[in-house]
Formats: sequence, structure tokens, C-alpha cells
Amino acid sequence: MIRRTAFALVLSMVPAAAMAEGTMPQMDFQNPLTTAQLLWMVVILVVLYFTLSRWGLPQIGSVLERREKQIANDLAAAHTAKAEADRAVAELNATMKQAREKAQADIAKAEADAKAKAFADAKVLNDKLDAQLEYSEKQIAEARATALAAIKPVAADVATTLITRLTGKIPDQAVLAPEIEAAFLARKVA
Amino acid sequence: MAGPSIDALGQFRLSTGLGPLGAAVNFTNSNEAMLASAAIIVVLFVLGLRSRAIVPGRLQALIELLYEFVRNMCVDTIGEEGLRFFPLVFTLFSFILLGNLLGLFPYFFAFTSHIAVTLSLALFVFVFSTGVGFYTHGFRFFKFFVPEGVPVWLLPLLVPIEIISYLSRPVSLSVRLFANMTAGHVMWEVFAGFMLLLTASFGILGAFASVVPLGLNVALVALELLVAGLQAYVFAILTCLYLHDAVHMH
Repeated sequence: MIRRTAFALVLSMVPAAAMAEGTMPQMDFQNPLTTAQLLWMVVILVVLYFTLSRWGLPQIGSVLERREKQIANDLAAAHTAKAEADRAVAELNATMKQAREKAQADIAKAEADAKAKAFADAKVLNDKLDAQLEYSEKQIAEARATALAAIKPVAADVATTLITRLTGKIPDQAVLAPEIEAAFLARKVA
Repeated sequence: MAGPSIDALGQFRLSTGLGPLGAAVNFTNSNEAMLASAAIIVVLFVLGLRSRAIVPGRLQALIELLYEFVRNMCVDTIGEEGLRFFPLVFTLFSFILLGNLLGLFPYFFAFTSHIAVTLSLALFVFVFSTGVGFYTHGFRFFKFFVPEGVPVWLLPLLVPIEIISYLSRPVSLSVRLFANMTAGHVMWEVFAGFMLLLTASFGILGAFASVVPLGLNVALVALELLVAGLQAYVFAILTCLYLHDAVHMH
């Protein structure tokens, strides 16, 4: 018994030894079943091959293809949607930019208009004031001329009277008149 | 001396399946497992294709994952022309993967642990890819055995090496899968039988000691799960590589 156990132990260490015994069923080509199994294997494999190549594998291929196509389609749809969204965003941005520019232009225009109007108003007012100033100056000048014209006979009268009282004789008007004129000129009022 | 014994190879013994009808047409227990693998694949497709949803459920995601995995493997390895071979590679990959995985269950026959099965598959891949090579390039395909940019005096040495390595492809392709699956299942059986032997030899003490092989078997389940997926992948990617050589010749 122990010897057999030892033998089994050796056998377990060297499976090749088990094969070398010559009693391997695999090597028993005398057995008709050894070749008969091959015949049936060919039948089974041929049936399996045609089942798989004609039905099974193409079916799986079509399922995978359909999935691939669907994924590709979905991706394409997503790309299209993204492009559309991008375009919408771009449009929105452009519209906003345009609106901002228009608003700025409006503001600038209103400002310019207000400035121009204020400028025009100021000009009108200035003109009016200038006109009034001119008119007033003219009036002053007229009044002054009138006053000056009125003062000359008075000065001649006063000078004649003074000379008559001081010297007792009436001065010659021809001599007096240039003298008075010179005095006026010297005071720059003529 | 009538105790438990380790029959590590009994699990690979072929018998007839599907009752008397199967026995009449030599339908074996390995064919039962093949039928179950193929049926599971088809049922997965039927269930996965029920809703054809844009957002897949679990089963649909599973077959879509398988589909895209094998498809990318074909396109990446062979190129755009690889799509022509995609159904073939998918059939081989799913068949071997399901066979490996089903074989992991107790009482299920691991048909990929039969050299006759793996060698048939590998020879088919070999003959098919060679046929594709000659179909695509005609007799220029023989240039595949003449490496480019090598001095002429080396060719008598290199061409036989190239031919031998090309011819050994089906051997390595089939033995890799067969040996991996067989070794894993033998080890499982040996460790499991070892538990019975320990218990029979040392009584209660042996029963406690058999925790060790049990733990090893549990670890082996993880390893074998990896091997099952990996070997199916290796078989499929090597098929793609051979087809790439046949289509592109370099």
C-alpha cells in the first residue's frame, strides 16, 4: 500500500511518466472510437461554422454596426446643435454689440445736438447783447456830441463875458474863437 | 489489496455516448462534449441576440466582447484581409475555449486532451493556411522558405530549416494544446486519488493529511482555468499568424 502511495507521489510529480506508460487512451489508435470521434467532430464543427458564419456573427456585426451608426448620428446631431447654438450666441453678441453702438451713437448725437443748440442760443443771445451794446454806445456818443456841441457857444459866451468884465472892452470874436478851439483840443473833448 | 487506486488516465477513455443510438453510430463521449460546447455557443448567440439593444445586457455584452476580441485578433494579426477568416477563427477559438472550460467540470470529457482531436484541428489549420498561401501567391509561395537578405551559400542550410520549422507547425500547435490539457487533468486526478490513498493507508490521520492535495487541487483549478483560456487563445492567435504568413509571406 505504502509502495503504491509512493508510486502515486512520483506519478503526481511527473505527469509525463503517466503518459509514457503506453496505456494512454489518447494513443490507442486501435480503438475505432478514436477516429470515429473525429468524424463527428467534423460534422459538429461544420454545422457550428455555418451557423456562426451565416447567422450568428453577421447578426452581431449588424448590431454593432447599428450602434456605431447611431453613435455617429448622435455625435453629428450634437455637433450640429452645438454649431447652431454657437451661431445663435454669435448672433446675440453681434446684436448686443450693434445695439450698444447704436445707443452710443444716439447718445453722442444727442449730446452734439444739445451742444449745437446751446451754442446757437448763446450766439443769438450774444448778438442781441452786442446789438444792444452798440446801440447804447451810439446813443452815448450822440449824447456826448450833443453835449459837446452845446458847450462851445456857452464857452464863447463865458469867455466874452469874462474878458469884457476884466478888460472893459469886447474881445474880437475872430481872435477868441481859435483860442477856444485850441483849449478844447488841449483837453481832447472836441 | 483491494483498495482505491489512482487511474489518472481513465478519464480520457473513450466510450460511446447518447445511449444505444449513439453507440450504433460510434458517437463518443468526447463528441457529447463537443456537441455541448457547440450548443452552448449557439445558445449564447440566441440569448445574446434576443434584444439586440443599443445598450447591451450581460449576455449580449458577452458575445459582443467575444466577437470584437476575435475580430480584433484577426485584423491585428492578419490585417484587413483577416476578416475573411474571422468566422473560421471564431469557430475554432470558441469551440476550443468551450471544450477546455467544459473539461474542467467533473464528469465532463475534455476533448481537447485527445491528440487525435487537436492534431486534426492543427492539421486542418496547417493545410488550410498552406492552401491560402498557394491560392494567394501561386508557386511564388515557395519563396516563403527562402529567407530574404541571406547570403546564397547559407541557403542550402536555411531552406531545409525553414521547411522543417514550417512542417513542425501542426505538431507544436496540436501537442501544445493536448499536453497542457492532459497534464492538468492528470494532475487533478492524481491529487484527488492521492487523497483516497492517504485515507485508506493512514486512516483518520491520512484523512487530515489529504487536506494538502485538496488544497493543491483548489490551486490547480485556478491554474487550469487560466490554461483553458490561454491555450484556446494561443491556438487562435497561432492560426491567425499562420494565415498572416500565408497572406503576406513574411
